[in-house]
Amino acid sequence: MRLTDTLRFARDAATGYPMRTTLSVLAMSIGVAAVVILTALGDGARRYVVGQFSSLGTNLIIVLPGRSGTGGFNPANAITSTPRDLTIDDAGSLRRLPGARRVAPLAVGTSEINYGGKLREVMVAGSTAEFIPIRNFEIAQGQGLPEEDWNRGSSVAVIGAKIREEMFGANSAIGQLVRVGDRRLRVVGVLRSTGQGLGMNTDELVIVPVSLAQAMFNSNTLFRIMIEANSRDAIPGTKDQVMATLKQRHRGEEDVTVITQDAVLATFDKLLGALTLAVAGIAAISLAVAGILVMNVMLVAVTQRTGEIGLLKALGATARTIRLAFLAEAAMLSAVGALVGYLLGQLGAFALRQFFPVFPAYPPDWAVIAGLGTALATGLIFGVMPARRAARLDPVQALMKH
Amino acid sequence: MALIELSGIERRFLLGDTTVHALAGLNLQIEAGEYVAVMGPSGSGKSTLLNLLGLLDRPNEGTYKLEGRDVTTLSPDEQATVRSTRIGFVFQSFHLVPRLTAAENIALPMTLAGIPAAERNKRVAQALKDFGLENRADHKPDQLSGGQRQRVAIARATIMQPALILADEPTGNLDRHTGEEVVNLLEALNAKGVTLIVVTHDQGMGARARRQLVMEDGRLKADSRTPPPLQGEGRGGDGFPPADKPIPLPTSPLKGEE
Repeated sequence: MRLTDTLRFARDAATGYPMRTTLSVLAMSIGVAAVVILTALGDGARRYVVGQFSSLGTNLIIVLPGRSGTGGFNPANAITSTPRDLTIDDAGSLRRLPGARRVAPLAVGTSEINYGGKLREVMVAGSTAEFIPIRNFEIAQGQGLPEEDWNRGSSVAVIGAKIREEMFGANSAIGQLVRVGDRRLRVVGVLRSTGQGLGMNTDELVIVPVSLAQAMFNSNTLFRIMIEANSRDAIPGTKDQVMATLKQRHRGEEDVTVITQDAVLATFDKLLGALTLAVAGIAAISLAVAGILVMNVMLVAVTQRTGEIGLLKALGATARTIRLAFLAEAAMLSAVGALVGYLLGQLGAFALRQFFPVFPAYPPDWAVIAGLGTALATGLIFGVMPARRAARLDPVQALMKH
Repeated sequence: MALIELSGIERRFLLGDTTVHALAGLNLQIEAGEYVAVMGPSGSGKSTLLNLLGLLDRPNEGTYKLEGRDVTTLSPDEQATVRSTRIGFVFQSFHLVPRLTAAENIALPMTLAGIPAAERNKRVAQALKDFGLENRADHKPDQLSGGQRQRVAIARATIMQPALILADEPTGNLDRHTGEEVVNLLEALNAKGVTLIVVTHDQGMGARARRQLVMEDGRLKADSRTPPPLQGEGRGGDGFPPADKPIPLPTSPLKGEE
């Protein structure tokens, strides 16, 4: 029998029993759709987190005050070593490192902003001119913080887009004097709206010079020091230099933690990748179940069509022809199921993206290929047994069952 | 050379503990172009014989030569090829594939044999015309009458131009009139040279065949064709003198003893 004839015969046989065909196609498509949607969710979570981390900046090295060992919090550490504050001078010393392109100290606190009788609570970030480029923020109006001595903060502020809107409405904010805490500051710039970022919403942020922020919050310590390495390859070397410099400055004590954005990213990437894989594995179980259902349906088909198989044998069909016809039917059921499932899955992922626009729920290619492949493979593997059974039927016995 | 040559055919079935001899020590020769009716009561082995002749079944013993070739030793696939090219089946219950149209049913043996679609369509068109089914080509079997169904089945049986047609009660599911039509159709095929073997219960139909075989308990009880006479005044296989040699009657009245 020719291939096209085999396929047509299998197609007619499948469409000849619409109920069981629909059910097995449905089972297979649910399996594939589950793989596509669940991996889209898992990979979406991974992309979301990775995207958020990437938006912090590129090639970032972050210094945190205090030592956090790999063993978690150790009460002994808390007693024996008092972490030394991270100061503006610490940050300044890092500027001389050859691997560091930009360095920005960061002091954070909350305060109130007051303009024209309107009062609002805001988050205040004290930093320097380089903070904005390091964090990949963009200036919508005006300019960033001025380049100046880090210890001498001029009375200026850069405000977030939402604050500008709430405090100034349709009026221009640039050049206006606002009160932040007990200081009067001149607004020099407005940040472009970016929406929700990881941990810090720039739309509701006020950026002021770092020494001003420290004075405002009456503290000498920094929340973070952010360093942008020259390149991706320079990150490990620069990290070591940062550690060495700070250790030297802190009298040989390793009382800071240096993390790289890369490491954090890699960890999240790995973690969420594994999660996606696990979810895909669970979804794949439904594919195996669908495969068994296809087998069941094909076994029923063989029983149902015993008379027909006898007839085909009488008309000169070889065992191979009959095997191929039934195998083609099983393959067709799972292929159509896989296709329908793929479309359903993509539709589901699309719906997810519509409802949660910030969540990039795209199924990864490997999951789509693996899902479709598994569906086809299980359909074929589970189709072999019924096909062999059909081919082995005794023609005389088979013909009697009409 | 005979078309069919059966010698010493045994076919046994195991039913529970007992062995049933469906065919026992069967010897039979059928020449090409013959029209043979196989008759006998149920369980006499008619169907087993037909299955055997159609290569659907294998004998436990004995040889079956089809066109001079021993077909009992062929592999299942080789037998399938022989069925495909040399043998056509007509069944009592038609055995049409319900989801296929009349034309597709007729084309089925060619489809299975891998004949290209163009050739198939040509032959099917011719067959539809020959069997008066032109207007029924796209009908499914359940849209056809019994007679039409059997005509489709016969068209299917002949589409590969076989040497032998095996018909198992071809009129069994038909009324008298349509049965008559179907028999005429089969006989017309036979007239063109196709060997026709019909299994039937119907005495009338059996009588129309040129040769009648009567089966009983797996044996050939009667064969209307006289085997070739032995040399001289030998006796025929059935224990009777040859028909062309009248039994000599006494020419004079018997005399009493003196």
